[in-house]
Amino acid sequence: MEVTGQGGAPLDVARIKKDFPILDRRVHGKRLVYLDSAASSQKPLSVLEAMTRYYETTHANVHRGVYQIAQEATELYEQARAKMAAFIGASGPDEVVFTKNATEAVNLVAYSWGRANLGPDDALVTTEIEHHANFVPWLQLRQERGTDVRVLRLQPDGFLDLSHAEELLQGAKLLAVTAASNVLGTLPPVRRLADIAHAAGALVLVDGAQYVPHLPTDVGELGADFLAFTGHKMLGPTGIGGLWARRELLESMPPFLTGGEMIRDVRLDGFLANDVPWKFEAGTPPIAEAVGLAAAVDYLSALGMPAVRAHEEALTSYAMSALHERYGEHLVIHGPLPAHRRAGIVSFAYKDVHAHDMSQVLDQAGICVRAGHHCAKPLMRCLGVGATARASFSVYNDEADVDALVDAIGQADTLFG
Amino acid sequence: MPGLEDLYREIILDHYRNPRNRGELESPPAVRAEGFNPLCGDEIVVYLAVDGEQITDVKIAGQGCSISQSSASMMSAAVKGKTVAQARSTIKAFRAMMSLHGRALDGAGDGPAGDGLIGAGDGQGVGGDQGTDDERSGAEVAAAEGVVLGDLEALQGVVKFPVRIKCATLSWHTLAQALDEAATRA
Ligand SMILES: Cc1ncc(COP(=O)(O)O)c(C=O)c1O
Repeated sequence: MEVTGQGGAPLDVARIKKDFPILDRRVHGKRLVYLDSAASSQKPLSVLEAMTRYYETTHANVHRGVYQIAQEATELYEQARAKMAAFIGASGPDEVVFTKNATEAVNLVAYSWGRANLGPDDALVTTEIEHHANFVPWLQLRQERGTDVRVLRLQPDGFLDLSHAEELLQGAKLLAVTAASNVLGTLPPVRRLADIAHAAGALVLVDGAQYVPHLPTDVGELGADFLAFTGHKMLGPTGIGGLWARRELLESMPPFLTGGEMIRDVRLDGFLANDVPWKFEAGTPPIAEAVGLAAAVDYLSALGMPAVRAHEEALTSYAMSALHERYGEHLVIHGPLPAHRRAGIVSFAYKDVHAHDMSQVLDQAGICVRAGHHCAKPLMRCLGVGATARASFSVYNDEADVDALVDAIGQADTLFG
Repeated sequence: MPGLEDLYREIILDHYRNPRNRGELESPPAVRAEGFNPLCGDEIVVYLAVDGEQITDVKIAGQGCSISQSSASMMSAAVKGKTVAQARSTIKAFRAMMSLHGRALDGAGDGPAGDGLIGAGDGQGVGGDQGTDDERSGAEVAAAEGVVLGDLEALQGVVKFPVRIKCATLSWHTLAQALDEAATRA
């Protein structure tokens, strides 16, 4: 599971690439150039091995058996929670609830906290740039309870319009905002918004799905009361994500899913819920996935998140310049211009080639980019486009990957020029 | 592995660059049906003017990729001026062309079976009538139904790119919806 640390030195991407077995693959006879980490990242060998080793040597259900391997499995599972908690600056492991992904984490808040605290006379504020995961649960709440859902709008420059933030947050009980847009890469000023929200008496839910994997994360510095994250975008396996919340807040919330694991006692006439965080983990949890996630946290920590951010920011800046230099006004990059104000995500439109067609052309060159609405339809409506092509970066991408992308885009001309 | 030229035939690109019957009709009297591809955000609006059994006019609005746009354009050309029954027959033939079984009979099945299965599922949804003629190729169904696929045959290559089948079939779903709507009004 150990990764020999580079302890914050600049990333040695050539070496990192060797840790990701899938990058040896060829597609259509070409080297695989994976530029879709915002959809899901690839996994280093250490994550795959940790999970295999767990199944080969330690698997048993957690929190149940008294026998040796059951204890070891429980320890590994709880260690993963502790690692994840430390990775995001939580005060302790019991502030992290494992879920199946970020979507379930947001739904946990919407169903548990939301239904206990939000009624027809209440309001919450979210934004136009949210992923559906942090938007539809609020629409659903509005539909059920008549809660007012207010929306911070996007400006043409790719930033949120904050001029009405105070006004919108007046009397609201929750602000639900992403820390990084999965389409534009926009990094909203979460701390500033959180301060405004807190002054208005609202709690703050931060969608960290695109942030936690790429920038040093400290829930205290962000000013978050809830943070949702997802394992498969941070070099970990699918099937695990989580919700961080302050302990008192979690304790004040009613259970979400119910059944085994989450109870302390059950009688014919009622039940007593378990302590947090287990109160929110009904049923057998994703144990092997937690072990894999812990290995991913180890991997990222060994690289050092400041170094990860520096690398991805530099690469984003390189990509934006290279695209502009090669294609000038024929290529439009959506979202904020300076790379230091965006995550490693570049959504673009080339001439009037549709994103699907662009993605198909790039696929032929072995390049994986996402084409579509990226589960952010309100944002796409605001941009006035149905789909964008999106390249996104992770620790295993380098300038050669960007060069391959830049070269291949022009090949669309042979068909659509 | 099929090359891009299998997908982007010249005639497809021509319909993409110069879409036929693009626009809107006043609705009512025209029937208006909307189709969305929830996976990618493509949107197609089909306007249908029906006089008795006759489709007197068709217009297409919306936005999407070259495959969805050209398929809609070709579709509009194929059904304009035809009868409702002929339009339904064309849908049937097109559906067969976009399905795994049609593809196998055409001798064009050179991808892994898994790909085809996805495609088959998609293709069979077209027109909403899960017929019993899945074993026949598009050409066979067209012959049996007495319709000509013509330019539409260029879209056959799409079957080799299973994720794009939905792009090709979107407008046909929408046309079927519009025909159903027209039938309820008659
Ligand atoms: C900003 C953002 N939030 C939430 C999610 C949902 O993540 P998951 O599908 O793992 O729940 C995503 C994934 O695309 C995302 O980009």
